[in-house]
Amino acid sequence: MERLLQDGQVLANETITPVVKRMVIHVPDIARQVTPGQFVMVRPPEGKNFLRRPFSVSDTDSAAGDIILIYRIIGRGTAEMADMRPGDIMSVEGPLGHGFAIPEGRALLVGGGVGIAPLIYLARSCPVKPFVLIGGKNESEVFWTRFLEPYAEKVFVTTDDGSVGKKGFTIDLMPEVLATEKVTAVSTCGPGIMMRGVAQLAREHGIPCEVSMESRMGCGIGVCLGCTFEGQVSHHRRKVCADGPVFPAEEVFG
Amino acid sequence: MSSERLAVEIAGIKMNTPVMGASGTFGFGMEYQDFLDLHEVGAVCSKGITPQPRAGNPGVRIAETPSAMLNSIGLENPGLEVFKRDILPQAAQLPTAFIVNISAGTVEEYGEMAAALDVDGVDGLEVNISCPNVKEGGIVFGTDPKAAAAVTASVKKHTHKPVIVKLSPNVTSIATMAQAVEAAGADCISLINTIMGMAIDIRRRRPLLGNITGGMSGPAVKPIALRMVWQVAQAVQIPIIGLGGITSAEDAIEFLLAGASGVQVGAQNFQDPGVIAKITQGLDEYLAQNGLQHVSELVGALEV
Repeated sequence: MERLLQDGQVLANETITPVVKRMVIHVPDIARQVTPGQFVMVRPPEGKNFLRRPFSVSDTDSAAGDIILIYRIIGRGTAEMADMRPGDIMSVEGPLGHGFAIPEGRALLVGGGVGIAPLIYLARSCPVKPFVLIGGKNESEVFWTRFLEPYAEKVFVTTDDGSVGKKGFTIDLMPEVLATEKVTAVSTCGPGIMMRGVAQLAREHGIPCEVSMESRMGCGIGVCLGCTFEGQVSHHRRKVCADGPVFPAEEVFG
Repeated sequence: MSSERLAVEIAGIKMNTPVMGASGTFGFGMEYQDFLDLHEVGAVCSKGITPQPRAGNPGVRIAETPSAMLNSIGLENPGLEVFKRDILPQAAQLPTAFIVNISAGTVEEYGEMAAALDVDGVDGLEVNISCPNVKEGGIVFGTDPKAAAAVTASVKKHTHKPVIVKLSPNVTSIATMAQAVEAAGADCISLINTIMGMAIDIRRRRPLLGNITGGMSGPAVKPIALRMVWQVAQAVQIPIIGLGGITSAEDAIEFLLAGASGVQVGAQNFQDPGVIAKITQGLDEYLAQNGLQHVSELVGALEV
């Protein structure tokens, strides 16, 4: 894998919900190489913000040479992205980091919030259609099902308010899924508290689990050390950007 | 490969180009090999190395401010022993000069670091007396001329390598600091390290950085850095390496005109990991277009 810096044309920047958008960028050399769980650092070339922003790749169309980013409008960087239009140019640096191991058997993918984004590409890449379990606050946060369903054996949904799926958190429903379905690997991305619970349940069931971390980043390539944490197994400092963002759950949560 | 016009020797360190990667923003050089040809980088200044490993500061370490960034990494590094064993042998193979940036908690430790790094593969030492993010990171030494001189003398006594002392801008008189380290034997001065800064999230009423304050870098600091380089150039005879907010060949030329013999590029590497090669190329084009035989003709050529 060679990391590249490429200007790509924005082909689409669709509104999914008032705070979530889906951007398609034509960067063939990056799209061809990126694996599930890897990320890119992006910035419009004449952008107002100084630093690039990291996004996991939600999916690719490697034949067309496109990457897809599903992102939540949270701060200045994503607000600037949200204003971009088809035809605009985005500078893309990637593919960066180490992604998910592709599970051999039937996997369970667990996602929360915008952390669900990389699970689409992972689900599509699984040789056996995985089970997917996602959670959100309410109906507006579980639109992901339409992107996941084509690649999933089944998509389980929880919402905090019970407006769709089961009321509660993903980790409340996960024991039921594990009790009824045979799963050989768990991959998760979302809020830290959710991933900790997912990792704990996977461990209790003796299933290997990978977690994808999120962090603020300055460089994305392992030099600024803005995103490091203490590895619980290796006892070394680990860089979310260069050593991860995907790690064995034990390395993150002990 | 860059041209003859750009080849320089700064304080005895031979470089293909006077454009270097600044400490803390360029890793150990190898991290950038996908994005540029290291022949077009004059030298790599390593992440700051300390006698013992450091985990760095807790909490959020990076924040963005207009045309700039704040960092409070806190000198995270693997420590001298692991650096020498695992990193230096690789870095020494790179087709660029390798300058090791060192920090320590006492004058004696600075000397010990220098002695331990008086080995093959190290082309020079950059003495960090100016990290604003840790108590032991040298800011104490970097703001007191006597202490800065003591550190410089201790390092000089224990090494045969060229010694570059990196100054902090967080002082009242940068010229006084520069003269103190020159008198103590420094071979070269680099400036500026980051400027102490702060940013607040008003919704949460909390600082953006876990360490509350941090070091500011990026294009917003360039006028301050340039002014300080110019002041130091008036005050000392030894060569100067200028840094602070450089993003383009034009910026680099400003620093050279102000009196710097070379420049370092820092935060801009994050926005564009290929920028140093672009600056090297831009500098070469500028020399050609202006009929200059060598980059040294620009150094200190400011007309006032």
